[in-house]
Amino acid sequence: MTIWLAFAVMTGIAVLAVLWPLSRRLPTRAGAVDQTAFYAAQLAEIDRDLGRGLLEPGEADAARAEAARRLIRASAGAAPATGGDSEPALRRRRAASAVALSTIPLVAIAVYGAVGSPGLPAQPLAAREAPRAGGMGMAEAVARVEAHLARDPADGRGWDVLAPVYLKSGRAGDAVRAYENAIRLLGETPDRLAAYGEALVAAANGVVEKAARRVFERGLAGDPKSAKAQFYLALAAEQDGRPDEAATRLSALIASAPPGAPWRSTVEAKLAALSAPAASAAIANLPASEQKAAIAGMVEGLAQRLAQDGNDAQGWLRLVRSYVVLGDQAKAVVAVQAGKRALAARPADVAGLEGLARELGLVEPAAKP
Amino acid sequence: MSVEVGHYALALALALAVIQVVLPFWGARARDAALMSIGPAAAVAVFVCVLIAFAALVKAHVTSDFSVVNVVENSHSLKPLLYKVTGVWGNHEGSMLLWILVLALFGALVAVSRRSVPEPLRTDTLAVQGVVTIAFLAFVLATSDPFARVFPAPAEGQDLNPILQDIGLAIHPPLLYVGYVGYSIVFAFAAAALIEGRIDAVWARAVRPWSLVAWIFLTLGIAMGSYWAYYELGWGGFWFWDPVENASLMPWLAGTALMHSMLVMEKRDALKVWTLLLAILTFSLSLLGTFLVRSGVLTSVHTFATDPGRGFFILCILVAFIGGGFALFAWRAPVLKQGGLFAPVSREGALVLNNLLLASACATVLIGTIYPLALEALTGDKISVGAPFFELTFLPLALALLLLVPFGQALAWKRGNLLGAAQRVVAALAIAVVGGAVTVAVTRGGPVLAVFGVGLGLFLVAAGVNEVVARSWSRGMPLSNALRRAFGLPRSAWGSAVAHAGVGVVVLGLAAQAWSVETLVTLKPGEAAQAGPFTVVLEGAFPRTGPNFNEEAARFRLIEGGAAVASVEASKRFYAARATTTTEAGIRTLGLSQVYVSLGDSRDGALGVRIYWKPFVLLIWLGAVVMALGGALSLSDRRLRLGVPVPSRRAQASLPTATPAAAE
Repeated sequence: MTIWLAFAVMTGIAVLAVLWPLSRRLPTRAGAVDQTAFYAAQLAEIDRDLGRGLLEPGEADAARAEAARRLIRASAGAAPATGGDSEPALRRRRAASAVALSTIPLVAIAVYGAVGSPGLPAQPLAAREAPRAGGMGMAEAVARVEAHLARDPADGRGWDVLAPVYLKSGRAGDAVRAYENAIRLLGETPDRLAAYGEALVAAANGVVEKAARRVFERGLAGDPKSAKAQFYLALAAEQDGRPDEAATRLSALIASAPPGAPWRSTVEAKLAALSAPAASAAIANLPASEQKAAIAGMVEGLAQRLAQDGNDAQGWLRLVRSYVVLGDQAKAVVAVQAGKRALAARPADVAGLEGLARELGLVEPAAKP
Repeated sequence: MSVEVGHYALALALALAVIQVVLPFWGARARDAALMSIGPAAAVAVFVCVLIAFAALVKAHVTSDFSVVNVVENSHSLKPLLYKVTGVWGNHEGSMLLWILVLALFGALVAVSRRSVPEPLRTDTLAVQGVVTIAFLAFVLATSDPFARVFPAPAEGQDLNPILQDIGLAIHPPLLYVGYVGYSIVFAFAAAALIEGRIDAVWARAVRPWSLVAWIFLTLGIAMGSYWAYYELGWGGFWFWDPVENASLMPWLAGTALMHSMLVMEKRDALKVWTLLLAILTFSLSLLGTFLVRSGVLTSVHTFATDPGRGFFILCILVAFIGGGFALFAWRAPVLKQGGLFAPVSREGALVLNNLLLASACATVLIGTIYPLALEALTGDKISVGAPFFELTFLPLALALLLLVPFGQALAWKRGNLLGAAQRVVAALAIAVVGGAVTVAVTRGGPVLAVFGVGLGLFLVAAGVNEVVARSWSRGMPLSNALRRAFGLPRSAWGSAVAHAGVGVVVLGLAAQAWSVETLVTLKPGEAAQAGPFTVVLEGAFPRTGPNFNEEAARFRLIEGGAAVASVEASKRFYAARATTTTEAGIRTLGLSQVYVSLGDSRDGALGVRIYWKPFVLLIWLGAVVMALGGALSLSDRRLRLGVPVPSRRAQASLPTATPAAAE
């Protein structure tokens, strides 16, 4: 309600400011600039310059003559302003008052009504932080820890807290960075190493790269019973084309599983998938030309899906990698650009895509900064 | 509440601007003093409203009110306070609001500066200014609302583009905007003169301060932008012929021409129609400069956001004002009374030449800027028009113009004497030739153009000094007399001498860059590289944490002749919120020259470093400041101006005293 009161007061002042000149009785203003006054000023100035020795007497005469000629030329046909209380003048004033009185509030309210949100109070940061300290949302908590870490990046515990949250919310790159900081500041523990490896795998879109494998191996050396390290090493073996080793590792994992381990079903499913002839194996058995066509078909399918719904950051990363694997640099570059456009609303994902492009050496046509 | 009050104030400003246009314009047609006096009141009220809106937006930014979209997109709670404030205009919406604020400020200033402008002229001027205000307010409210809200408010903002997180943002845009918007007032005056159907010395006298103010600020704004690009972008260059830079150069060239043609108009009552055309042209180019960078046609640091709806609106505004301005000109210009004719060899003749050259230079820049855009729009071909084009087209015109400046300054009004003028600049010319010869001797050669540039710069500076000396001292006069006369000279004479000397200083700085040195090396701590007279030693690299960034800094020691003379620090910053990196060049000023160090990528403990030695580089920007100072001197001179024929000194007695018949 106060806000409408404020608007009313503002509108009132605005209308008054405009009506005020109408209410004044205007004398014919002294000193108003017209041609005659300008001429007089010019003559005065010529005399002043003559006095200061800037003009010779002859020059001064010439200047006066020129000023006079200009006055004659200029003052032909200038109509003086009217004012006062003649009948048409009064009628004009009344009409003007009516226009001002109606136009100002109408335009202001109409425009503001179309774009404003009068119900929404201002929410400065200080006011938003204080009352909700008890139950703040996840995003806000993350933002706060981030702010804390920006001020004090040497706080390992902060990174340790933040890393799993990043990983869960799909910010794998940030998670990797956070785990690295935590390990650097707090030291290695088998759990931390295993989680770090998991983040690396997530950042590489599920591929257990060499660096991640080393991390898991170090973790396993510290704690031979680490289920996470075992599982990912099995995955690595499978991806490297050694399904037997993978199966052995998984079987050992299941055998050593404590009763009621929550990950047991996942591992068993993975083991089952290993034994069954997978789709990938089917493709692997095709002749080379058909194999390529089949893969290209899958990639095309992915590209089409992304063209319709570009909101899948992981999908874009996979598409770019696939093009590079297929040796089609040009399409990969196009995919990076399309992905960046589609994900423009999420700078973190765009950065991820850019990072991948850099990593893969995809050169975009240079843009001017 | 403050955000919505600001929002409402903006809507109210729009309503008031409508009143500012309609009622006073009607009053001016009916010659009704009461109605006309609504104009100034409304203009002041519009300014107050826009000021409230701007203050509300600044408050939202400072308090990190993330319920405002504009704040979310361009601020961060950890950003230093200065950048929270400057971030207000470091984005499209906010910068448009600043534009409108300056626009309204100028309107209010015209409204309160009584006594200098005839009433109908001022009323029409304010009405035209009101039309501009309406267009901009409508644009902002319809397509770029700085007060758009979001609910629930995000926890943290997306931060400002790190390149813009710099003191330069506090200075460059406001200066440039005062320049651009200043020309809107000149445009409004020109349109008012066309509507009134009369233009005379009174008009020129009224417009002079506005044109000067706009020119001064535009000069400073361009210089500041150039210096900012120089130290922030890390390329070591100060002018890239980038379309965005050209967009600010074009109104400057046209505005410079306008300033000179207005002088002719005020002094000699001539060049009236041309002056009006230039006024319309200058504002058109200002609008183009403001919008070219926002339409999304150009990609640059200045492109804050692109949006097709916005682009269409912008196009409509451009068409309405540029087209409208020229249509008004075509319709009403024939009504105006032509002024006097004049002899080709005279000060005004020289100024016409100045105008022709400036206008041609402006046209070359316009072609170089617009042609690639037009070509891309029509055929889809991407071409880039860069330095080579401008060096071939713009440079000869500029050199010819600058070469003529001292001669023009030496010519008398009405009828000059070419030989006499040449005699007056002989001393300056001698200094220039000697200076060029010394340069050749000291540097053992060097590019011909650069040596010529040094000579030209000296010529201009010497001619500036000569201008004052010649007007206050004649042979055999005691020094005290000459000094008294020099101080008695009109400040506008001083202003012109200083401003032209400033141009010379800029030319000197530009020419000196031919001797700059660039080195690209990779250094490990302890290793050294050579840059001009200095040995640059990398002392070490170390990480550092700023308020909202982490940086990798490197310290260098400068050694000259075996002794350490200074140290310099450069860094690369990483801004986490935007995942962006910026380079902070390390600049060490030694006298008027600078050592400039910029960091590249590091590999295996070795740091990629670009080192420049830039002799006398500061002259470029100091010269611009001197030019602005000259403008300010001229601005402070409130006198009226009347051209006085100066007969040649010897023939004075024999001439009829008061009848300069030829010119009228």
